[in-house]
Amino acid sequence: MSDMLDLERWKPASFLPDADARDGSLVFVVATLCFLACLTALAVLASDRAARGWTEQLTGEATVIVRPKANETPDSAAARAAETLAGVPGVAEARALEKEKAEALIAPWLGEETDLSDLPIPRLVAVVLAPENPADSKTMNLALKAQGLDASVDDHSVWMKDIERGASLARWIGMAVFALIATAAGAVVAFATRAGLAARHEVVEVLHLSGAEDAFIARLFQARFARMAAIAGLFGAAGAAIMGALLRLLGGGSGLTPVLPIAWTDLLAVTPAPLAAGLVAAVAARLTAQSIIRGLQ
Amino acid sequence: MSRNPLPEGAQDIDPATVRFDDVSMRYGRAPETLRDLSFSLEPGSFHFVTGASGAGKSSLLKLIYLAAKPSKGLVHLFGQDVSAVPLRDQPFLRRRIGVVFQEFRLLEHMSAFDNVALPLRIEGRKPDSYRQDVAELLTWVGLRHRMHAMPATLAGGEKQRLAIARAVVNRPDILLADEPTGNVDHEMALRILRLFVELNRLGTTILIATHDQDLVARSGMPVLHLDGGQLTRLRAEP
Repeated sequence: MSDMLDLERWKPASFLPDADARDGSLVFVVATLCFLACLTALAVLASDRAARGWTEQLTGEATVIVRPKANETPDSAAARAAETLAGVPGVAEARALEKEKAEALIAPWLGEETDLSDLPIPRLVAVVLAPENPADSKTMNLALKAQGLDASVDDHSVWMKDIERGASLARWIGMAVFALIATAAGAVVAFATRAGLAARHEVVEVLHLSGAEDAFIARLFQARFARMAAIAGLFGAAGAAIMGALLRLLGGGSGLTPVLPIAWTDLLAVTPAPLAAGLVAAVAARLTAQSIIRGLQ
Repeated sequence: MSRNPLPEGAQDIDPATVRFDDVSMRYGRAPETLRDLSFSLEPGSFHFVTGASGAGKSSLLKLIYLAAKPSKGLVHLFGQDVSAVPLRDQPFLRRRIGVVFQEFRLLEHMSAFDNVALPLRIEGRKPDSYRQDVAELLTWVGLRHRMHAMPATLAGGEKQRLAIARAVVNRPDILLADEPTGNVDHEMALRILRLFVELNRLGTTILIATHDQDLVARSGMPVLHLDGGQLTRLRAEP
């Protein structure tokens, strides 16, 4: 027999048996919960990015609806409005949209069959606002009125409020789902600890009667389940990261997931998952083990 | 060495290792298993607890090794009222008590060596500090050649001797044994009894629960006899 084998024989055995048939199931359940939690985190980040993107787009632009007066053609009214707005401080660019573009925008509301040439379609002016000190709708309205134009400015503020409200709601729902999954993971680990203690009742009782302190026994279970949950968390996080990477590769914001634009940096959000799973498991296992050991007194 | 939770001078007030004052015990709402027991065990004494099955022998031992609480009366260990010992200090009290269980309670995932070393590891001792002690103890119980064997591969008598080695490895003040010869043949029973006598000569208080009248008669040690949960006589044999 080699010296190496001899040394191995003298190595003290762990206080708890190394493996249990249920350990595999627990790793699978915790890994699945971590996978779902990480996906939720990625979805929250992506929806937040999407909302910010839309808000930035809307705050940087305004649309002006120009209604021509009797003595003026729609084209000249739109051109005059664009020229007026281009001179307003805080406006970077103002461009009258062609008649076809205005009709294309309104067509979906009236149906393909409608003959738009008979309708007094208002002309639109697309305004790009200066990033710093953008002009507000009131200033633009006053400038248009001063030039005798019948026009109204839509600075998208109504839509922005809706988007902000939606984004905030999505964030809160995401966090609630995340908290729910973390709680479920804790409950699963607590249940597994209880089952683990029941299965190793003989060991716990011998340790207890041999003078082991309650905290000592609880620590054994805490370490066992924390390690198991951390490994499960690693699997779950890796699964979620792979799925996130696939979604990103398949198009990111402009492809498969246009409303959830995932960035490569978002994938870093899954890295704390193994640690978080280990911590949740450690706390759940310790509390459960302590309450059961107290029952032995 | 185990921590002693006794207050200063407690040993002087009550020198008994174990003292029961009018102790009764019941499991849940069942009738009392033990009724109005009063006795004491002096340090270094050797006693048997006898009685028919269900007389309360194991329950009496449980009260001493703090696995059960009395429903009435006071249990004193090493001069200390057990009910007054805080929960956090009870493990240190348990380390002064060695227990040999009827069904051995060896840890199946540990070798014979690791089973014996268990109480020392719980106390925080490092392998280098106890390796020699454990090996000597295994020699004393005749199991040195099986020190790396797993409990499942040991015979009944070997398991019993291993359980005794584990119970005494940290030099407890009192050794309790519940039917230690119940699963072994006559020759092995006498060998085990000799181990207990040797331990007693080294100063350990011994209390053995048994229904083996032959063993009791051969030892000539005093007997606590239980009948229907009551201590009917405290006598010396033969």
